[in-house]
Amino acid sequence: MAVMNPEANRGILQPQAILTPEQLAAGRTGESGIVVTSLEKAVGWARTRSMWPALFGLACCAIEMMHTQTARTDMSRYGMELMRASPRQSDLIIVAGRLSRKMAPVIRKIYDQMPEPKWVISMGDCASCGGVFNNYALVQGCDEVIPVDVYVAGCPPRPEALMHGILKLHEKVRAEGIDGWNDRGGGFGITVG
Amino acid sequence: MTIQTDVETAVLPAERAARAATRFGEKVRVDDEGAWVVEAASLPEVARALRDDFALDYLINLTCVDWPDRFETVYHMASIQGGPPLCLKVAADKAKPIVPSLTGVFAGADFQEREVYDMFGVRFAGHPNLRRILMWEGFAGYPLRKDWREAYYEDDNKPLKSRWPEGDFFFGEDKIADWDDNIKYPSGYQAEGVESSRADDNIVVLDADELHRAPSGSERLIVNMGPQHPSTHGVFQMRLTLDGETVVDLQPVMGYMHRNHEKIGERNLWLGNMPFTDRLDYLAQLGNEWGYALTVEKLMGLEVPERAEYIRVILAELNRIQSHFWSITFLLNDIGAFFTPMMYAIEERELILDLFEMATGSRLMCNYMRFGGLAYDLPEEFLTMAQTLVDDRLERAIDEMDAYLSGNEIVLERMQGVGVLPPDMAINFSTSGPVLRASGVPYDVRRAEPYGVYDRFDWDVVTRPEGDVFARYMVRVGEMRQSLRILKQALRDLPGGEIMGGKKAWQIRVPAGQAYGRVENPRGELGFYCVSDGKANPYRYHVKSPCFVNLTALAEMTKGHKVADTVAILGSIDIVLGEVDR
Ligand code: SF4
Repeated sequence: MAVMNPEANRGILQPQAILTPEQLAAGRTGESGIVVTSLEKAVGWARTRSMWPALFGLACCAIEMMHTQTARTDMSRYGMELMRASPRQSDLIIVAGRLSRKMAPVIRKIYDQMPEPKWVISMGDCASCGGVFNNYALVQGCDEVIPVDVYVAGCPPRPEALMHGILKLHEKVRAEGIDGWNDRGGGFGITVG
Repeated sequence: MTIQTDVETAVLPAERAARAATRFGEKVRVDDEGAWVVEAASLPEVARALRDDFALDYLINLTCVDWPDRFETVYHMASIQGGPPLCLKVAADKAKPIVPSLTGVFAGADFQEREVYDMFGVRFAGHPNLRRILMWEGFAGYPLRKDWREAYYEDDNKPLKSRWPEGDFFFGEDKIADWDDNIKYPSGYQAEGVESSRADDNIVVLDADELHRAPSGSERLIVNMGPQHPSTHGVFQMRLTLDGETVVDLQPVMGYMHRNHEKIGERNLWLGNMPFTDRLDYLAQLGNEWGYALTVEKLMGLEVPERAEYIRVILAELNRIQSHFWSITFLLNDIGAFFTPMMYAIEERELILDLFEMATGSRLMCNYMRFGGLAYDLPEEFLTMAQTLVDDRLERAIDEMDAYLSGNEIVLERMQGVGVLPPDMAINFSTSGPVLRASGVPYDVRRAEPYGVYDRFDWDVVTRPEGDVFARYMVRVGEMRQSLRILKQALRDLPGGEIMGGKKAWQIRVPAGQAYGRVENPRGELGFYCVSDGKANPYRYHVKSPCFVNLTALAEMTKGHKVADTVAILGSIDIVLGEVDR
């Protein structure tokens, strides 16, 4: 366990989720090599530390999504650099861009193919509510076809905003326990941005 | 093949018009705007004669206008040697619109005619595959017809009141629902309808006999690549017919990102379209804006102040560099150098996006140009930063890319001799941009019909003779260097003064008329065809997308290659789906 100084890593690695500050202060990790925590917390931690997103971009927002993966924002800090081209290997789908009615059945299929537990971030105004395109050809928000955990506002959201959304999702995942992802936190997603 | 790029020596359509009028007699009438109104039945004949005898060998745009009394298909033809295009118009009956297809004369008419059929329901007699292209097969109605009202969204009082006519809206936060309610459909929306019609379009049922009729006796296979596939650059589908691993046929299926930009454009106010153009080809935002501004300026007869013209050049060329960085490294992604070159390219791109943000307030969706100028002037620090970037950084970055990538053995192996497009075909397929120039045709709108202040700079049109994937890659690398050359001159000569011409007005009045404006975008010739009837919104607003038209040649390029090569070939065309599907 690499977590030695809770202050330095606060907000990023969240050592509190695994060890209480007292345990850390007593230096238990270094001495015995044993960490005591609840299963719920361990699972939540593990899920957030390597959440693989599907390699799936729709429109302009996908450009900013790819920027999020590169040097400046660097999503890989959270074990997320591995965008999976196959939905069957991914935990997270970032709906980055406008969703047309022609595409809607496809995205539903991709979502259904992802193994559980799975999460959805709706990135950008188009994916969240249709954005500037209010017409017949577009689904007015991807939550009409798949359940969304976090909505990130912006057209396009900056990479920092997407990062904020991802961190929010991590928070949520850590809090929801082992099968809480099935609940969707009472049915409505978090909005950030 | 020898090609002239000197504009002066190219014959202008005005002169041609006089000569040609006598030749076609009754079949052609020249209208007051200089467009030729051609009799429907003689269209192919006239087009062929124009192509062969009058050197108008390059069809750059094809679209349609729905007038109250007729449909009018519109064609813009230009000479590959440069000069402004000639506009041809053909009237079709309102009740049963049929126009002869031009696919026999220009292969590039194929997708554009399908688009007109899809959107207007005009049938093209003699078209080999007249099916819907952007909407799915089985979709009811023709969305761009004026009498087609959008179910659920559209109201008679366009353009501002259409979204919630009943004023009945809610905030997402107020909505507490359980899992099931999180999935909601607008009333009257039939999910099954979408499913089944999609199936019509995408699942081809073949009988076993046909499958076994392959020449080698082997089994033919149909493989769908996309719309969710790592190499399709967005949601694009290729339906490959394979014999073993060799591609026998390829059918592009698109429209997965179609939101009918043109329909939205026709209900927006003129200026309200400006931010939407950013969202067409989102890697070339400022180029798109320029194209639209240019077209409307033509209609309004506006002069743009010199400073604004220079700033437009500076931003458009920076745009070209960042876009080419993206496309060459994406091409490398496609042939297996996954994401490493990309990381380096995006590092440079970020710096250019910073400049955009500084100048316009946004990284991607700039919304910076206005009719007659720009929204606001550059901030002071912009110039020093741009200067440093251009002088010290970008050149080195391009050289570095070039040095590490272009000579790589795997790159050469995968790219050379793959997806060859000969020059005559490239012209006939109406391709433009790097795809056309990589086939050895030095056609660049900045030279062929200079706009802005491009005629003042010293730069070269980059071409390569081979016409393969590698040539397209190298043309892009070369163009980045030329852009730097232009940038250096533009930054040096940037004059002071106004950034907005004409007098300030709250309402933009666009006089009735029509105009076709075009700019050289990183992906090729982007054209806007706007028709005004003097009202607050455009009567017709058409975007000629270079990616969409370049895709017409995709099948031709891939036939006979292996599956893996189609990925490289598609990457070398460099499509942006936001613009293909509009
Ligand atoms: S929210 Fe804006 S940037 Fe994102 S896909 Fe929609 S139009 Fe493009």
